[in-house]
Amino acid sequence: MKSIKQLGLIIFLSGLTLFTLISFFGSFSLSQEGFEKVLTPKQINNLQGLASENLLNKEYRFTWQLASDFKMIFEESNQNLKAEESWSKVMYSDPNEISGNLAKEAAFGMVKDWRWLWFFLSFGFGIIGALMYMLPDLKLLGKPGIKNNHIYQRNVTNRGWIAWVTMFYLIGFYLLLYFFPYLLTNQILLVDDVSLALSGNPASRWFLYGFMYTVIMGTMAVRMFIKYRHSPYQMVRTGVVFFFQLGFAFLIPEILVRFNQPYMDFKNAWPLNYNFFFEWNINNLIANGQMGQFMLVWGIVLAAIIVPVFSYFFGKRWYCSWVCGCGGLAETLGDPYRQHSDKSLFAWKFERWSIHLVLVFAVVMTGAGLYAFNSGLDQVLGIGVHNIQKTYGFLIGSIFAGVIGTGFYPIFGNRVWCRFGCPLAAYMGLIQRFKSRFRITTNGGQCISCGNCSTYCEQGIDVRWYAQRGQNIVRSSCVGCGVCSSVCPRGVLKLENGPEEGRINDNPIIIGHKHASLAKPSLD
Amino acid sequence: MKSSHTVIIGNGISGVTTARHLRKRSNDPITIISGESDHFYSRTALMYIFMGHMRYKDTKPYEDSFWKKNKINLRKDWVTKIDFENQLVHFHQGNPMKYDKLVLATGSKPNKFGWTGQESLGVQGLYSLQDLESMEAAMKRGVKKAVIVGGGLIGVEMAEMLQSRGVEVCFLVRESRFWGNVLPREEAEMIGHHMVKDHHVDLRLEKNLDSIQADEEGWVKSVKIKETGEIIECDFLGLTPGVSPNIDFLKDSGLDLDRGIMVNEYLETNKENVYALGDCAQFLRPPGKNRRNIEQVWYTGRMMGECLGKTLSGNKTPYKPGVWFNSAKFFDIEYQTYGWVFPRQEEDQTTFFWKHPKKDIALRLVFKTQSNQLLGVNAFGIRLRHQLLDEILSSKGSAREFLRYFKDYVFDPEFFTNHGREIVKEYNQEFEDFVELKSKSWNRIKTVLNKNLR
Repeated sequence: MKSIKQLGLIIFLSGLTLFTLISFFGSFSLSQEGFEKVLTPKQINNLQGLASENLLNKEYRFTWQLASDFKMIFEESNQNLKAEESWSKVMYSDPNEISGNLAKEAAFGMVKDWRWLWFFLSFGFGIIGALMYMLPDLKLLGKPGIKNNHIYQRNVTNRGWIAWVTMFYLIGFYLLLYFFPYLLTNQILLVDDVSLALSGNPASRWFLYGFMYTVIMGTMAVRMFIKYRHSPYQMVRTGVVFFFQLGFAFLIPEILVRFNQPYMDFKNAWPLNYNFFFEWNINNLIANGQMGQFMLVWGIVLAAIIVPVFSYFFGKRWYCSWVCGCGGLAETLGDPYRQHSDKSLFAWKFERWSIHLVLVFAVVMTGAGLYAFNSGLDQVLGIGVHNIQKTYGFLIGSIFAGVIGTGFYPIFGNRVWCRFGCPLAAYMGLIQRFKSRFRITTNGGQCISCGNCSTYCEQGIDVRWYAQRGQNIVRSSCVGCGVCSSVCPRGVLKLENGPEEGRINDNPIIIGHKHASLAKPSLD
Repeated sequence: MKSSHTVIIGNGISGVTTARHLRKRSNDPITIISGESDHFYSRTALMYIFMGHMRYKDTKPYEDSFWKKNKINLRKDWVTKIDFENQLVHFHQGNPMKYDKLVLATGSKPNKFGWTGQESLGVQGLYSLQDLESMEAAMKRGVKKAVIVGGGLIGVEMAEMLQSRGVEVCFLVRESRFWGNVLPREEAEMIGHHMVKDHHVDLRLEKNLDSIQADEEGWVKSVKIKETGEIIECDFLGLTPGVSPNIDFLKDSGLDLDRGIMVNEYLETNKENVYALGDCAQFLRPPGKNRRNIEQVWYTGRMMGECLGKTLSGNKTPYKPGVWFNSAKFFDIEYQTYGWVFPRQEEDQTTFFWKHPKKDIALRLVFKTQSNQLLGVNAFGIRLRHQLLDEILSSKGSAREFLRYFKDYVFDPEFFTNHGREIVKEYNQEFEDFVELKSKSWNRIKTVLNKNLR
C-alpha cells in the first residue's frame, strides 16, 4: 500500500515536471497565414512590413524569442504611428496576449505532432499519480473518522519548504497565465483537441485554465471523499460543488459556444462575476437573440433575487461551499491547508475592511459602467470608466482572486480570496449576518475548548470563542463548509437553518449551572 | 470599599473561569499563578498536539493579549508553600506574594500506586504540558511498544496518541470490560471491540500491573502482570489509572485536607478567605444525588469557577450543579451522556439499549419502571441536543416523550441518517408500547432553546 503511494507520488511529480518543462520544448515558425489568422486587419496593416522583415518564417527555439520580436515590432509600429500622429491606427491591445496566440499558430515539431502523448505524460501522469497517492488512504487511514494526524508535523501542511515551493509555483503559474500567456503555449496546445471536441474552437489560455481547474478539483475531490467519508454532509457537499464546476463552469459554456450561443457560466453571480454588467458583455448578450436576453435576465435575477433569497434560507454556504468555483477549489485542492487561516482579532478586523472595500469598489465600478452605458458617455466624474474597469480587473480580478487567492493556499490558507476579497461573499455575508435562518448552533455546555474547530476553520473564525460560551455562531464570513462540526470531538457544533427568533444570542447561558451564570443573575 | 487582591493558584479551566467571572463583576486586582504554562491552554487538547492536529498555541482559548486587556496578572512560577498566617504565597524562584483572597485550583496528578520501578524513565501519566514534553522526548529516543495501565478516558487517549506515531499498544485494564466501572456491559464491549478490531490495540482485561523492570540506563524495558506473571516487553509505560488532587505542597500547612482540599458548598476551605475548586477540591458533602465528593471533569471545574467568581465578587453562591452530563471520544466513537446511567440499574429502574446492526452507533435509556421517567441517556455515534436533554431530565419527562420527539433531540450534522425509526420500533417491541415517532419540529426545539435566552 505504502509503495503504491510512493510510486504514485513519483508518477505525479514526473507529470508535473513534464507539464512545467514542456514550455521549453518544440519549435516555432510563424507563417503569413498564421499571422493573418491571429491579427485583426488593422494590426496586419500596421505590422505587415515590419513582420516580413523580422518575424515571419523565422525559426524560433522558444516562444519568448518570438514574443520578444513581436513586441519589438509592435512597439516600433506604435511609435511610428504616434510620431505620424495617426491616432486612429495606434494599437491598444496587449502584445503579450497576441504573442501567445501567434506562438500557438507558429508551433511545430515534437509537441504539436505528439500532442496526445504529451497530454498523457503530463495530465495523465498527474491524475494517475495523484490517485495512486490518495486511494491507498482508504485502507491506510483506517476506519472512517477524523484524519488530521500529523498535519502540523508534515513539511507540506506545516509551512515547510515544500509548502513555500508550492506557493511560488502556483503564483508563478498564475502570473504566466494572466500576463505572459505565450510561455504556456505548449500547455495550451495539449488541450487543443479537447477544446475542439467540446466547443469546436481551438484552446485558449482560459480553456487550459478551466480544464486544469476542473481536473484538479475532480482529483482532489476524491481525496475529500476518502478523508471525510464518515460525514455525509462533507460527501454530499463535495459532490455537489464538483458537479457545478464540471457542468456549469466547464461543460455548459463550451457547449453553448458550439451552438453559437454566448459563453456563460450560469452560476457565476455578480459581483464575483464582475464583468457581467460591462458594456461589451451586455451588448454581446443583447445581440444574441432570445438566448442572450435570457442570459441577461438570468444574470440579473441571480444577483438580485436568487442570491439574497437563498442566503436568507441557507446562509451563504449554499453558494460559497456548494456551488462556487473558487470555493470548490478551496475545498478540494485547498483542504490540506485550511489550518493556515489567521485566527487573530487583528485578521478579523482587517478582513472586515478589505472585503467590504472590495464590495464598494465592485459596486461603484458597476454603477459607473451602467451609467456610462445608459448615458453613452465613457467618463464618470472625469474618470474613464474603462480605466476603472481595467484597474479592478487587474488588481482584484487577476492579482487578488487568482495570484493571491490560489497562490497563497499553502502558506496563508485556502480561503484568502473568499475571506478578504470576494465581493459576492461580502454581499451574502451581510445577509447572513443580519437576515438569515442559518447559524452554527452550539450544543449547550459540551465544549471543552480544545480548539479543533478554530484551527480548522478556513475562514479564520475563532469558533471556539463562541462554542465555549454557548453562543451560536452567526458570523458573516462563515462559508458553511461544516468542518468545525466534523472535527469537534464532543459533538458541540451543528450547522442548521432554523427560525430567526433566538438565532442570535449575545448573552448565552452555558448549561450546567444555571444560577451561577452571568446572563440571568435573577434566576436564584 | 478597599480593593482586595485575589490570587489564584492554577491556570486551568477552574482557576481561569473563576478569574473571568470575577473580573466581569469586579475591578479588583487578580493574579493567576502557574508553573506549568505562561497562558491558559486546553488540557483536553494535549492529545491533539501530540498527534499533530494542532500546535500548542492553537490550544489557547484566549489570545495572549486577552489577559492584559482584562487586567488579569499572570505569573509563571511554582508555588512551594503558603503562609496562611501572613497571607503570603511563596515561590520556587520569585518573591513571595501577598493575597487578600486565595483560590486553590491546582488540579490533579496522575495516580501511581507504589509499583516497584514506577520511577523508571519512560514511565509517566498524561496530565500536563510537561507530561507531553516527556512523551515527545521518549518518542525521540525511539518507542516501538508501549504498555498502558488503567482503562479510563486518558488511557484510551494515550493509546490513540501512541498509535498515531506507529507505536504498538498493549492496554491493561483492571475491570472485566473497558471503563467497566462507568459504562454498562454493551457499551463497554462495543468500545473494547472498536479498540481491538478497528485499531488493533492489544487489550488485556482483568489484568493488573505487578511490577516494572528497567534496563541499565534506568529506562523501562518490561512490565510484569500480576494475574499471570507474564512479562510484557515495552519501551514506554503509560500510567492512567485515574488522577488524584495535586495537594502535596499543602501538607501540614494547617489546611484541612483529606484526598483533596476540604471545601463546603461555597468552595470555602477551613481557612478564612481561602477557597478551593476543581480537581483538587473535595466536598464535605457531595454536591448532589449520585455525585461524588471529588469531581474531576472539565465541565465541573468550569461550573465551580462560575460559582466562585460570583462568590468572590460579594454575591455568595453555592455550587449546585444541574443535570449531570459528560462527553468523550474513544478513537472514532463519540460519546455523550446526560443524567445518570450506571453499569447496573437499581431495582425500580429499567433500561433500553439499541445498537446499529453494523456500525458503532448506540443509544441507551434508563428510566423508572413505574412512571417511565427518563433518568439518563448514553449516546454513541449520535450527537444529542444538550439543552433539550437538560430540559427533559430536569423536568422529569418520560422516556416515551424522549423517543416520540427523538428527531428534535438529535444534533448530528445535516444529511446524517436519523435512526429514530429503528430505535422507536425496537422500544415498542421490547416494551409492548405504542410510541409514535414525530417528525422534527423547530417550534418545539425553539421553545426550549429560547428559555435560555436573556
